Amino acid sequence: MEHFFMLLQDYTFQTVALGSALLGIISGVLGSFAVLKKQSLLGDGVSHAALPGVVMAFLLTGSKNTEVLLLGALLTGLAATFLILSIVRNTRLKFDSALALVMSVFFGLGMVLLTYSQKVPNANQAGLKRFIYGQASTLLERDVLLMAGCGVVLLGLVIVFWKEFKLFSFDPEFAETIGFQTKWLNALLSTLIVIAIIIGLQTVGVVLMSAMLITPAVAARQWSNRLWVMVLLASIFGAVSGVAGTFFSSVYTNLPTGPVIVVCITIIAVISLLFAPERGIMLQIHRRHKNQVRFGVERRKI
Amino acid sequence: MAGLEIQLIAVIVSVACALPGTFLVLRKMSMMSDSITHTILLGIVLAFFITQDLSSPFLIVGAAAIGVVTVWLTETITKTGLVSEDSAIGIVFPLLFSIAIILITRYAGSVHLDTDSVLLGELAFAPFDRMIVFGKDIGARAIYTSGFLLLLNVGGILLCYKELKVATFDPMLAAVLGFSPALLHYGLMTMISLTAVGAFEAVGSVLVVAFMIGPPATAYLLTDDLKKMLFLSAVFGAASGILGYQLASILDVSIAGCMAVITGLLFFITSLLAPHRGILAVWMRKRRQRKEFTEVTLLLHICNHGDTPEVQEENGVNSLTNHLHLEPRKLRRSLHSLIEKGEVKRCGSLYVATDIGMRRAEETERTLLNTQ
Repeated sequence: MEHFFMLLQDYTFQTVALGSALLGIISGVLGSFAVLKKQSLLGDGVSHAALPGVVMAFLLTGSKNTEVLLLGALLTGLAATFLILSIVRNTRLKFDSALALVMSVFFGLGMVLLTYSQKVPNANQAGLKRFIYGQASTLLERDVLLMAGCGVVLLGLVIVFWKEFKLFSFDPEFAETIGFQTKWLNALLSTLIVIAIIIGLQTVGVVLMSAMLITPAVAARQWSNRLWVMVLLASIFGAVSGVAGTFFSSVYTNLPTGPVIVVCITIIAVISLLFAPERGIMLQIHRRHKNQVRFGVERRKI
Repeated sequence: MAGLEIQLIAVIVSVACALPGTFLVLRKMSMMSDSITHTILLGIVLAFFITQDLSSPFLIVGAAAIGVVTVWLTETITKTGLVSEDSAIGIVFPLLFSIAIILITRYAGSVHLDTDSVLLGELAFAPFDRMIVFGKDIGARAIYTSGFLLLLNVGGILLCYKELKVATFDPMLAAVLGFSPALLHYGLMTMISLTAVGAFEAVGSVLVVAFMIGPPATAYLLTDDLKKMLFLSAVFGAASGILGYQLASILDVSIAGCMAVITGLLFFITSLLAPHRGILAVWMRKRRQRKEFTEVTLLLHICNHGDTPEVQEENGVNSLTNHLHLEPRKLRRSLHSLIEKGEVKRCGSLYVATDIGMRRAEETERTLLNTQ
C-alpha cells in the first residue's frame, strides 16, 4: 500500500498517467464520432500514413521536436484521408480496399524514407521509431502540455459544432437538405479525428491507436442511446484505462504501457458488451430464455 | 547473384500475396488482411513458448491458427449486432497484437523475436539464410518457403476456383448449390493467414497488406473477369517486385518499402489511364457527352423556333444568347461546331437549320420520345 502511494507521487508516473488519461479523453470523444460515422478504421489508416510525415519532417528540418514531427504526421495523415476519400469517389474501389491500399503504400513510403534517413550523415534518426510502436514512458512534460493544448482546442471545437456534428453523424442527407455545408463539416470532423490520432501516436503507436479510437466508443455505445452520454462515457473509459494501463506497467517490470492500456480498454468493452442494460448479450440471453419458458407455459395451457 | 535471388523472392512473394488478395478485394474484406497480418504475431509468440524453437514449423501452424481465430472473433462480435464490422476489426486485432507485445517484452526478452522484424521485415537479408540439403547450398531458404506458399495458393485456387467464384459473387447461390460458404470462407482465411506468415518475414506485416490489396485493386480497375483479374494481379505483383527492387538498389533504401511504393504508383497510374473506368477516360467521356448535349439542345432550339413568328428574336444572331442559359463562350463553340458539321447555317441575321440538321433533330426527338 505504501508502495502504491509512493508511485502516485512519482513525477514520471504522474506525467505519463496524465498524458495517457488526456489521450483517452481526446480519443474517446472523437472516436465516438468516427464509430458513429462508420469510419472506425480510418484511424488505422491515418496512423500508418503518419510515418512518412514524421520521417519527412525530420529529414527536412533535422529537428526531433515532437511538434515538428507531429506536424509532418498531420500533413501526411490528412493527405492519406483525402486520397482514400477521392479513390472511393472516383474509382469503383470500395472504402476498405482504398483504405488498405493507401495505408500500406504510405507506410511503405515511410519505410523508404526511414532507411534513407539512416544514411544521411550527421543525422541521428534514433527515436523516430517511437512513433511506430509508441513509448508512453518517454512522454515529457512538454509533450503532455502539447496534448493538453490540442485537447482543449479539439474539445472546444467539438462543443462549438456539437449540433452540426451530431446531425451529420446520424443523418448526413438530412443535414445537407436543411442547408448545412456537409462537405466542410466532414472535412472539419475528419481533420479533428486525424489530429486526435496523431496526438496519440507517441503514446501508443501506430497499430494500437485504432483501438484507442474505436474501443472506448464501442464500449460507451452499449450503455446509452444518447450522444452526449456516449461521448462522456467514452472519454471516461479512455481516461480510466489510460491511467490503469500506466499504473500496471509501472508496478510490474517489463510491461509496455501502450499494449496494457489497450488490454484495459478492451476489458471495459467486453464487460460493456456482456452486461450493458438493454443491449447487453447477457440480457439478450436472459430475455430469450424467459420468452422460451413463457412460450412453454402457454403451450402447456393450450 | 544476391540481387537476382532477392528479385526472385520478391516476385514469388508478391504473386503469392496477390492471388488470395484478389478474393479479399472482391469480398470487401481488405481490412481483414491488415488485421490478420498483425495478429499472426500472437500465434508465433504462443507457438514459440510451446516449442521453444524459432525455426519450428509449428510457428507457422500457430500463426495460421491465430489468423483464423482473428476472423472468427471478429465475426462473432459482428454477429451480436452490437458492433459494426469495421469496429469489430478495430477492437480485435489491436487486442491480440497488444497481448503479443506484452508476452514478448515480458517473457521473451532475450530471444530474437521482436516486433521490429515482424512489423517491418527486410528483404535484403533474405539471401543470407541458405537452404542446405546434404551439405549442398541450393539457394536462399526464402525462395523455397515462398515458392511452397505460391504453389499452395495456386493449387488451392485452381482446385476450388468454381466454388470460390460462386461464393464470392453470390454466397446465397453457393449455399443453395450445396457448397458450404463458411468452409470456403475459412479455407480462404487460412490461405490468407499462411500467406501472411510466409511473407511477413521477408517484407514485414504492414507491407504484406500492400501486396495483398494493391495489385488486385489495380487489376479490378481494368477488368470484370475473375480469371483476368487474377492474372493481372499476378502480373502487377511481379512487376512491383522487380521494379521495387530496382528502385531500392538505385536509392539504396528499403526494398519492401519501395515495392509498396511501386504498387501504389501502379495503382495511381492505372486509375488515371485505365480504359473505360479510368479517371481520364471518364472525364473525356463526360466532356464529350456534355458537348453533344449542348449541341443537340441548341439544334433543337433552332429547329423548334425556325417556323414561329418569334424566329427573329429566338434565333437571331445577337439575341440567341438570351434564350439559352449557356455561357456565351460555350454557345459560340457549339454553334461553330454545328456550322462546321453543316447542320446549321447563318442566313443574314438568323441561324437556320439545314436539312442535315433537321434530320438530326428529328432523330433525336424520336429517340427521346421512344425512351420515354
